Amino acid sequence: MAESFFELLQYRFFTNALLASVLTSINCGIIGTYIVSRRLVFISGGITHASFGGIGVGYFFGINPVLSATVFAVLSALGIEFLSKKADVREDSLIGIFWSFGMALGIIFIFLAPGYAPNLMGYLFGSLLTVSPADIWMMLALTVVVSLFFLLFYKVILFISFDQEYARTHRAPVQLVNYLLISLVAATIVLSIKVAGIILVISLLTIPQTIANLFTTKFGKIMLISVIIAFMGTFAGLMISYNYNIPSGASVIMSLIFAFIIAKLLSIIVNSLKVKTSYRNEPVETD
Amino acid sequence: MGKIVELKNVSAGYTGEVILRDVNLVVNDHDFIGIIGPNGGGKTTLLRVVLGLIRPYKGSVTFFNGQESSHGNIIGYLPQINRIDTRFPISVTDVVLSGLMSKEGILGRYSGKQKKLALEMLEKMGVHNLRDKTVGKLSGGQLQRVYLCRAIISSPRLLMLDEPSTFVDTKFETDFYEILKELNDDMAIIVVSHDVGTITWYVKTIACVNRDLHYHPHSTITQEQLAAYNCPIQIITHGDVPHTVLKTHNH
Repeated sequence: MAESFFELLQYRFFTNALLASVLTSINCGIIGTYIVSRRLVFISGGITHASFGGIGVGYFFGINPVLSATVFAVLSALGIEFLSKKADVREDSLIGIFWSFGMALGIIFIFLAPGYAPNLMGYLFGSLLTVSPADIWMMLALTVVVSLFFLLFYKVILFISFDQEYARTHRAPVQLVNYLLISLVAATIVLSIKVAGIILVISLLTIPQTIANLFTTKFGKIMLISVIIAFMGTFAGLMISYNYNIPSGASVIMSLIFAFIIAKLLSIIVNSLKVKTSYRNEPVETD
Repeated sequence: MGKIVELKNVSAGYTGEVILRDVNLVVNDHDFIGIIGPNGGGKTTLLRVVLGLIRPYKGSVTFFNGQESSHGNIIGYLPQINRIDTRFPISVTDVVLSGLMSKEGILGRYSGKQKKLALEMLEKMGVHNLRDKTVGKLSGGQLQRVYLCRAIISSPRLLMLDEPSTFVDTKFETDFYEILKELNDDMAIIVVSHDVGTITWYVKTIACVNRDLHYHPHSTITQEQLAAYNCPIQIITHGDVPHTVLKTHNH
């Protein structure tokens, strides 16, 4: 059943899946760190599900669903961000509305679309093994944009994320940066749907960061470690998905959760050892 | 010695509700103004207007920094510490460096010189041993010092502090005001505080902000008058003085 890894590399679908894993890990590692640090997990969930409306529209009008989903996700993200500031509606209520609105629209269009909706399961639960070259090009474009954006503007992203009001007293372009980043969040979510599926993609943006956060508390380092952990998780998930014919979303997330449990146990052990040695060797730190 | 900022007939508030009405205030170099008043009276609103965080409904805020009307980095700001998410993964040094945001632009990284400057600031406040710690690991007093470093690293002409003594123990509070007194040689200071007792020991002038009294015209009170009253603070804090802002006065 299990062919060796190098044999698998001969297959085009497998190299595509591998490339998609690498690119998605970079995107999700970086963007997920921003999401977790700024506590944007709920809005990210909302954007994810709102994008399902775009997938339905894509099926109905015969457009590439990933494209229409991207448009839907970015518009919902900007809509939530804008309306929560201007329309005097609470942000979490707005997220709830966009969340279900997108899902409802998606379901309506998919049922109205003539014939059977192929690959629908793939969008819901992830399907790494059917990644197309077009998907990879889009992921690569996003990786370039995200990496460049964070490399060039690392400082201002960090400062604005930490303390928006203070950044505003320095006349930093807070609102512009917020809009740009939430758009990148939306694009990252949609282009990761192929890997983990709409229902599970949020974990790619949170579990690696949570694991990284066990070992470091530096914004930049969390990004770096998250990329590596995300790749380990997607790679393990890919192998399981291939060998047992399971949707890749589920196998990726199970791998990540397994990694989280191990990491958590490890950090508990390391911390308890630290405490013991510090009791023995050093005086207790006072303020 | 010159004007730093002037507020003329400023009315401001949130979502249509006017909290400050017709406020006049001039801040000069080397001023040390304590802003006192009841909760909800508009102390923080006044601060936010000067900082440019909210636009006044009426009136004007004018800066006199030679080049332009916007304040750029002439103001250092220390917010209420409980307003900030301390679980955010950022190091103490990075927090201090963020005080150079408007001076250094948003591109690129910080130079060794700037990092040295940040370390000097932390040394001055006696918290340089915390430079690599995450903000979440600090106590209230330590955080306060770090935020003060961030506020003054750009050598501002005006330092504004919002309730700096909240969550700080009494011992550190005294230290803190001594630090401010020293900084006052180089910059004007405005401090908002509900803690009327301590503040009057250090400030040079006092402004009382209470939106309930906004219909009255502003008045001027000098230090001599304060001394002559003997117990001036109680008179001001009781809120039965028919003035919103007591204009500062320099001699």
